[in-house]
Order: sequence, then C-alpha cells, then structure tokens
Amino acid sequence: MKDKIARLQEKARKLRIDIVRTLHRSKSGHTGGSLSVIDMLTVLYYHKMRHDPANPKWAQRDRLVLSKGHAAPAQYVALADCGYFPKEDLQMLRQLGGHLQGHPDSKGTPGVEVCTGSLGQGLSMAVGMALGLSLDKSSNRVYAVLGDGELQEGQIWEAAMSAAHYRLDNLCILIDANGLQIDGEVAKVMNVESIGDKFRAFGCHVLEIDGHDIAAIVAALDEAEQVKGKPTAVVARTVKGKGVSFFENKASYHGVTPSDEELPRALQCLGDCCD
Amino acid sequence: MSNMIATRDAYGEVLAELGAENGDVVVLDADLSGSTKTSSFAKKFPERFFNMGIAEANMVGTAAGLAASGKIPFASTFAIFAVGRAWEQVRQSVAYPKANVKIVATHSGVTVGEDGGSHQSVEDIAIMRAVPNMTVIVPADGVETKKAIRAAAAYNGPVYVRLGRNKVPTLFDDSYEFAIGKGCQLRDGSDLTFVATGLMTAQAVAAAEILAGVGVSARVVHIPTVKPIDEELILAAARETGAIVTAEEHSVIGGLGGAVAELLGERCPVLLKRVGVQDRFGTSGKAEDLLKYFGLMPENLVEAAKELLGKK
Ligand SMILES: Cc1ncc(C[n+]2csc(CCOP(=O)(O)OP(=O)(O)O)c2C)c(N)n1
Ligand SMILES: [Mg+2]
Repeated sequence: MKDKIARLQEKARKLRIDIVRTLHRSKSGHTGGSLSVIDMLTVLYYHKMRHDPANPKWAQRDRLVLSKGHAAPAQYVALADCGYFPKEDLQMLRQLGGHLQGHPDSKGTPGVEVCTGSLGQGLSMAVGMALGLSLDKSSNRVYAVLGDGELQEGQIWEAAMSAAHYRLDNLCILIDANGLQIDGEVAKVMNVESIGDKFRAFGCHVLEIDGHDIAAIVAALDEAEQVKGKPTAVVARTVKGKGVSFFENKASYHGVTPSDEELPRALQCLGDCCD
Repeated sequence: MSNMIATRDAYGEVLAELGAENGDVVVLDADLSGSTKTSSFAKKFPERFFNMGIAEANMVGTAAGLAASGKIPFASTFAIFAVGRAWEQVRQSVAYPKANVKIVATHSGVTVGEDGGSHQSVEDIAIMRAVPNMTVIVPADGVETKKAIRAAAAYNGPVYVRLGRNKVPTLFDDSYEFAIGKGCQLRDGSDLTFVATGLMTAQAVAAAEILAGVGVSARVVHIPTVKPIDEELILAAARETGAIVTAEEHSVIGGLGGAVAELLGERCPVLLKRVGVQDRFGTSGKAEDLLKYFGLMPENLVEAAKELLGKK
C-alpha cells in the first residue's frame, strides 16, 4: 500500500505538470481550482474507480461528475494520461475545432459523463446517475466533485436532500474546500461553513480530510464504500493552486494561466526541469 | 471608430457615477464582480453592495425585495446565469409585480470565447423578450451603455440590459440621445436595410461600407431596445427599402430577428433575412474566430444582402 501511495503521489505531481503546461499553452482556463482538485482526481482515476479508457461507455464503470466544471483541465490531463484520447489533444484545449471545451462536454470528450460548468447542477445529475445504477441493481458508484463556493447554489442542497432521501449509498460527494472563490475568500463572500455540519444535517455520512493527503483520500473513499443507507460527503480541505508556491491561496489565480515568465518557475516548484 | 471599450467597462464606470448621484442605487453580484465590473461600485459604496455568492436565483429574489423597499437594485452576473439560472425568479419576483429591478448581464453571446458553449448565452434576448413587463436593451458601445444604464435607473420597472465581454468600437459620441424604445438610423440607404443590435451594429456599418463600394445603397438602423421595439423606424425602412437583414449576436430564433419578423409579417411583409446564430450552441475559441465561425462578420451581412437583392 505504501508503494501504491507513493506511486499515486508521483502521478499527481506529473499531472500537475501537465495542467501547468496545458494552461500555459492555452492561455485561458482555470489554474487554481485545477491544482487543488488533482490529488482527488488522481486517486479516483488511478486507484478507486473501475473504468476502461478503451471502452468509455463500459456499462460496469464507476461514474465521475466534475460539478466544478471549470477545473476541466485537471480532468482532461487525467483522461489523456489514462488513454481516453491522445495527449496531443490537450494542445487544443479551449481552441476552436478541438473537443476539449472550456467546460466538460460529454458530446465530444470520451470519459466525460455529462456537461458541467454552470455551477450547482452537477450533483443533481450525479443523484440521477446513482438512482439509475440502483434501478439496474448495479454495484457501480458515482463520485461528484464540488467546489466550496459552488455550495452557495441552492440546487446543491436540493440534490443533497434527495440523495439522502433516496438513501444513495452508491454516491460519494467530494468537496474541494480550498476556501476561495472568484471574488475572494468563501468565508467573506458568502460563508458556507460549517460544510460538514450542513451535509450531516442533510443526511449524509461526513468525513473531513486533508485533500492533498493521498493516503487520507484513499481511506476516505474506502470508508465511503462501506457506508450503507446514506450518501457520503468528503469535505477535503485543500489549497487553491496547490504545488506552485506563488499560485497557492491566491484568488487572483482562479482563472489566470501561467505566463511565459511564470512557466519555468511553476515547473521548478513541481520538480520539473525546464526545456 | 478609433477608441475601443467593452460595454461592461462602461457599465462599471456609470454605476459608480450613479452611486454617487443617487443613494437609493444598490448593486448585487454573484461572485463575478471583477468580471461584471460592479467591483467599481463595490469599492466606492461597500455598504450598498451585496455579493450574494454563487447564488443567482437568490440574488434576483433579493433584488426584488430591495426594490420593494424602495431601492433601485442593479443585479449583475453573466448573461447565461442571470437569464438562465434565475429565469423564474426574474419572471415571478421581478416582472410579474413590475418590480424596479435592473438586471444587467455581461458576457453575453458567443464572444464570451474560450469558456465555451456552456457559458455563451444565445437565447437570453428571446427569453427576456417573452416576459411581460420586461424592457430589453442591447447597447452597441460604451457611450450607449452609459446612457442606457442611466435611462434604466430613471425608468420605474424591470429592465434587462445585455452587455459584452470584449472591447467594441465606439459608434456614438456624447451628443447621442438615448431613449428606451427608440432606434436610430446610422446611415441612410435605399436598396435594403440592416437592422442590428449590440456589437452587430458595428458589423452592419462595415457591411454597408463594403456594399457602397459595389454600388449598393444600404441603410443601417440600430435597435438598442429590442423590447419595446421601435416599430415605426423599422416599418419605414421596410417600406422605403423593401428588404431587411437583421443582425444580432444571438440565436435567430426569438431575438431581434424574431421581433422584426413578427412585426413585418403582420404589418409590412418584405424580403427578410435573419443573420445570427443558426439554432446552435456556442463552442470554445477566440472571440474573433467565433464571430467568423458563426457567420457574424460584415462579409456575412454582405452575402445576406446580396441574396435578398437577387430576389428583389
Ligand atoms: C452558476 C454559475 N455561476 C457562476 C459561475 C462563474 N464561476 C466559475 S468558477 C466560480 C467560482 C467557483 O468557486 P469554487 O466552487 O470554490 O471553485 P474553486 O475554488 O475550486 O475553483 C464562479 C463564480 C459559474 N460557472 N456558474
Ligand atoms: Mg473554492
């Protein structure tokens, strides 16, 4: 297991490099929230989820809904690395004619289950998928990844209520609680705390973890699988921009990409030699 | 045409001016104040600025409540969220009671660019136009934006103002008089008329210039208020030129083209071509490339004009 954790950590570091390089090239996209969520996506795609990149529509796959769709670059680099589509496609991120839209688009990108990007809608779609899987008596699971600012949308709580009401223990909600949104600190813009208490009150099994601790993410997702009769919400405390020191904890890097001048420094932070 | 300014930037400037002039003006935003430019008001009048977080429906409902207590609320976010997420709040809490709420949305149309189809509202004019009591304004440049926002503040009732993300050429100068419901003729012509709104008005002016080079006399009518629309100006153009090409950065269904088709169909049927987004969603790309991709360039207007002239 120790080896496995180390491998996942190394994978997450590589994917961070891919995120930084991809966003530097596209000159448009969301850096901070992609770097804060990538450790969770790494554990999901490389350890926890049953999925087959050669067969994206495989009936026995687990489902991932990136409700905070603006972190699409994090999902795209993982999908490309897993083999859902060629890595060269990343060069066309947000470009006319490419399939990698600014926000995940299931019409064009293999491995993307639904369209997200309008915040607050993803969890409802995840609830619907979880209901569909249970109707089919499937043992597959649904993972929904949310932002903490996104929790301000009322629809999130409608969805949480229905997930608990329908006892969706095949649904795991991961909250990328990086404490920041576009206009600043979540606590100052529109406080959502206590996130854990809220999801508990809405009927979820709640876990609070360090969202950059790979072993803790693995343990939380394992625990969620054992919970019966209710959904699990994992409140993952994270750092926006994680891994690139000068991006960390800065709301200003929400939707700003690494400049030519920043690229080598960013790659250095991630232990990547410049070329 | 020399100086370029985004309509959202003009909005930020005029909002700060209005804040100083009228203590009843209050502003709400949904975690996009830097992008919508309401931040300029927020800096000056923090006690009259309410950041509602990523909760557009609640923002619009709260604006209706502020209006009910005598304030003049301006509620802003991207067009897709103001009109999309909060539509029923707009209808029930704002338009139905005829509440004095101004919904000023930025980042409309395909020129949102790289964010892609999920963020490019191409239906908002149609949706807002269909709501009773709602006034719909789509300014063409920064000067007009400022005047339209002032007019909206002075008018008692719901107003939707549709603004853009990118810099657009300035067409008007300070002597321009804006009035809700009034269109304006920017160029006379006798062979056909371009009826345009928003950033497409500048494209129509450019198209008319191209056509003048090949001996075609094209009139250009700018329609900032899509509802209530300036019927007389459009009917006169129809009667006098016999062919109308509408131009909007919006679906051809239900927006300016739809409004003009309804009007002409009932009162003065003439040759008509609607230039706009052809019942499609947007896609990621650079704004200028997307204008080409969706056929919103002066050349496309020239082509549409020639098609109609061929039928005359
Ligand atoms: C309904 C909706 N409103 C507004 C936006 C614009 N927007 C994109 S990202 C964002 C902030 C998201 O904050 P958070 O959920 O905390 O994400 P993270 O910090 O992980 O980037 C906003 C307001 C949107 N995409 N959807
Ligand atoms: Mg956040």
